[in-house]
This record gives sequence, structure tokens and C-alpha cells, in this order.
Amino acid sequence: MTLLSVENLSVELGHRPVLHRLGFAVQPGEFIGLIGPNGAGKSTLLRSVLNLLPAQGQVRLCGTDAAAMNARQRAACVAYLAQEREIAWAVPVEMVVALGRSPHRPGFAALTDKDRAIVDAAMRRMDVEAFRHRIATELSGGEKARVLAARALAQDTPLLLADEPTAGLDPAHQIALMRLFDSLAADGRSVVASLHDLGLAARWCSRLILIDKGRIVADGPPASVLTPQSLRAIYGVEAWFGEADGAPIVHPLDLATP
Amino acid sequence: MSADRHYPLLLTLLAAATLALFLLSLTVGPAGIAFADSMKALFSDKADGVALIMREIRLPRAILGGMIGATLGLSGAALQGYLRNPLAEPGLLGISASASLGAVLAIYTGLSAAFALALPLAALTGAVAAVLVVQALAGQRGGALIVILAGIAVTSFAGAMTSLALNLSPNPFAALEIMFWMLGSLTDRSMVHVWLSAPFMLVGWLMLGSLGRALDALTLGSETAASMGIELRKVQFLAVFGTAASVGAATAVAGAIGFVGLVVPHILRPLVGARPSRLLPASALGGACVVLTADILVRIIAPERDLKLGVLTAIVGAPFFLWLVFRTRRSLL
Repeated sequence: MTLLSVENLSVELGHRPVLHRLGFAVQPGEFIGLIGPNGAGKSTLLRSVLNLLPAQGQVRLCGTDAAAMNARQRAACVAYLAQEREIAWAVPVEMVVALGRSPHRPGFAALTDKDRAIVDAAMRRMDVEAFRHRIATELSGGEKARVLAARALAQDTPLLLADEPTAGLDPAHQIALMRLFDSLAADGRSVVASLHDLGLAARWCSRLILIDKGRIVADGPPASVLTPQSLRAIYGVEAWFGEADGAPIVHPLDLATP
Repeated sequence: MSADRHYPLLLTLLAAATLALFLLSLTVGPAGIAFADSMKALFSDKADGVALIMREIRLPRAILGGMIGATLGLSGAALQGYLRNPLAEPGLLGISASASLGAVLAIYTGLSAAFALALPLAALTGAVAAVLVVQALAGQRGGALIVILAGIAVTSFAGAMTSLALNLSPNPFAALEIMFWMLGSLTDRSMVHVWLSAPFMLVGWLMLGSLGRALDALTLGSETAASMGIELRKVQFLAVFGTAASVGAATAVAGAIGFVGLVVPHILRPLVGARPSRLLPASALGGACVVLTADILVRIIAPERDLKLGVLTAIVGAPFFLWLVFRTRRSLL
């Protein structure tokens, strides 16, 4: 089953067109990196798929027309890791992660043993178990990011949309997060993550979608999307290309001479 | 977690305190009636003076004190959770100010003298008008910020119209009556006031009380909450109309009682582990305790001067709030 299909998606924000008739589909088992310069429309794309913005076009989630789904049905199909790491109140880490279970619980029901097991597993995978009792607002930026990622994992959905999930993480936790997304894909789930680090995108994603000025300009395996020409034309940078352990390495070196 | 274990205990203590203060409120008044006599009179069939005082004066006063306090505490906690802003309070949506304007107009036009229920009914009409304006301005995808701005605009306009009514008031007595009404009081309220306001407050409580899980999810921001299955439009509707029904009815029978809805959630938040859903019942009970206490104190401090309830809550509440700000300054920075 196609987890996400987008056709002719257009979005205007305050009369300014941001996305033009975008189309792509996400199959189970893909780890897709959404790349493109600042302002290209990556976040807008993720948010319009979640119905957080008014958009034109067709979006289907888990085989159902997204426009006909209510918030709860959407929450059973797709989890969202927002760019803003907002935690409004001084609540414990454990409670933040457990919020991921709320779409699966009826009414005022308490967490079941199964819920607790999923929450514990999510905390283990994001390496936040050690501070499960700490106050979430007192954590460092990177720790907070991992707690919120654990929250999204606890939602336990076939599809995960993540907006710049690696921003503010140290290299070890960046790689750990990429490995985690890779293992989710291996389990038959799919991840769509917007990324600015082309090195991580090249090395870990199974597929890249390059967006520029609201249009998809390239879509395919990392090696075919990240080329000297595309980096020069879209990002305006020269990069070094290499290979290690069978995976591509891309490292931006300098601004391209116009 | 310690907050998990303490939570049922906290609610039990607050409920016990509310009940104790409710009973105490029944026994305080200018007619010095012994506790045993007053309770006996309340539940007897006799229609003597004591029974009359208990049933017609003290019982409605105690019931309204508890219900209005619960309304202010609950709506303050719900609005702070919904707007994710610790400065939110029931007055923020313009509902208190507009209810006051309705009441003032009833006094100004002499309607309240002609017909006793004109004042609370006009106040409720004011509250409804305010909430319709706020909801229309905020719209479907308005969000918290627009709700706050619309509320500020409505509050300012209602305040200006109230000032105009004072300015143009036909005689000094009307102006004085308006001023005194706006200070907030539970003196001389009857069971009619209870029957008039209780249904609106109960409906408002149900609407606000159903928000628990949505408010927990909103801790992570509105977009993340939406992605977790929360219908933001429904939440906005319940928060705005629930506040309007309960606070509108409370203001209609007692005038504006400030600071309770702001301070009570602040005091109780650390005790419930900051969890918005748990704050709702705790804050409702806490608000009932505070208003019942304040209403007992106004009768003890100055029995013959008719000290207004709203004055007392503001005098005690404002310095207390300053102290709270001072105490939490470190964690806010």
C-alpha cells in the first residue's frame, strides 16, 4: 500500500505561491530525505500533507483521501516531528513521550501495559531513558530534540514526517537518528525527513527529493540527485564527492562561482 | 513519579477543604446562629427565622461562592493550557468586561430596578455577544494569538462603553450602584440567582472539563497536537464557549472577581506535575476554596461596611502574584 501520495499539491501563503503542483508517492520501507535551500518549501510541504495549511490538490494517507480523514485517523497513519521544539510546561520527560500514545487511547483511558512498553521502547531507541523523570523544559536543546523524537516514535505510525530532526544534535546522535530512521524503513515503515546536512542525506537516505522554489527538481537515489551540477545550480555550492563503505559522501566545499 | 502518587491525595485534600469552607460559609453572618442550630435549620421543615436566613440568604451565598470559585479556577487553568500562556485568565477573552457592560446597562437604563433578573440576564447577553465577536474574529484557523488579540479588543471596547455609561449616568446614585456592582460581591444573592446561573456554569464546566487530553497534547504546540489527533477547531470552540458560559454566568450574578483565575492555577501547577489535564479539577477545587475563604473573610473583617469580594481578592491576589513572579523568576529566565 502506498503510505503517502501527493498529486498536484499547490499552497499559497498570504497570496504568495509556495508550492506548485507537486507530486510524489511514498512506498513502505523508504527513508526519504527532503532537501533544498532555505525557503524552498520543505516545511510547507510537510505541513500541508498533515492538513496544517490550506492546500489545493490531492493527498492520500495510508490509502485514504486525507481531506476525508479526521485528525485522529490521520494521527493513526502519520506522526510529525515539528521543527519548533516547543514544550510549554515543566512536565516530566516520560509524560512528553507518553503523549505519543494519546491518539490510540479512547476518552479518558489510562495507559495500558502495551502503551507503556511502546513508550519505554521509544525512550530506549532515542537514548533518553536516563532522564525519563527529569523536567523536559530543563533539558538542553539536543536532549529536548531526542525526547520529542521519542514522542513521535511512541505514536507508532506507518509514516513519520520529520522537519529538520538532526538540527542541534551532536554527531553521534545525528548518526544514531539516521540509523533509527533506516531501521524503521527496514521494518516496512517510511520516514520523510527534511534535511540540511547533505552529507547525512547522501549517506543514509534511500531516496532524495530535491525541492527548489516550490517545485520538485530531482527525485531518486542520492547519487542521481546530488550531482556537481545540481548542487551548483540549486544550492550555489561546489562540493567534494566520494565514497566510503559503499555509500556516497558529499561535502560542500565553497560557494560556486557564478 | 511523585506527582502521580500525590495527585489523588491533593484532590482529596482540596475537596475536603472546599466542603469545610462551604460549611463554614453557612455559619458566618450578622445573625449569630450556633453551628448546630444552623445545620438543623437547614434540614428542618420549620419556616422560622433561622431556617429562613439559612435557606434564603446563607445557602445561596455559599453555593454561589463555591460554584463561582470553581468556575474561575477551572476556566483559568483551561485558558492557560489552551493559550499555552501562564498569564491567561478568564477576563482575557473579554467575557467578564462584556458581562459587566451588560449589567451596567441594565442598571443605567433602570431595567434592573424594574425587574430583578434584568441585571443577570443583561450580563449573560453581554457575555454571549463578546464570545460571538471573539469567535468570529478568530475564525476557523485563527489560533491562540488571534483569540487573545480579539479578547483584548473586546475588553477595551466594553470598558470604554462602561465608562461612557458612568460618564452619562443620570444621577450619582446610579453611578455609585454601577461602581459597587462592578467591585464583585455575593451579598444578598438568592436561590433565584443560583437557579439562573448554575445551568450555564455546569455546561461550561463540562465543556472545559472535556479539554484535558487536548490541553496535554497542546503542551507540544498546536501543530504537534493536531498531528496527534486533536481537532483544534473543536478545542477552540470548547475553550471559548465553555469560558463564556461559566464565566459569563459567574460575572452575571457576582460581578467581576479578579485574580482567582490567574493565581489559583499558578499555585497548583507545581503540585500536579504541571500537567494541564490534572490542573483542571485541582484548579476548580482550589478556586472554590479561595472564593469561599474570601467571602467568609469579607463578612468577618468588616461585617457592617459591606467590603466587596472582588476588592479583597485583588488586594490579596495582586501582592501574592508578585511574590509568585519573584519566586519563579529564576526558572523563567
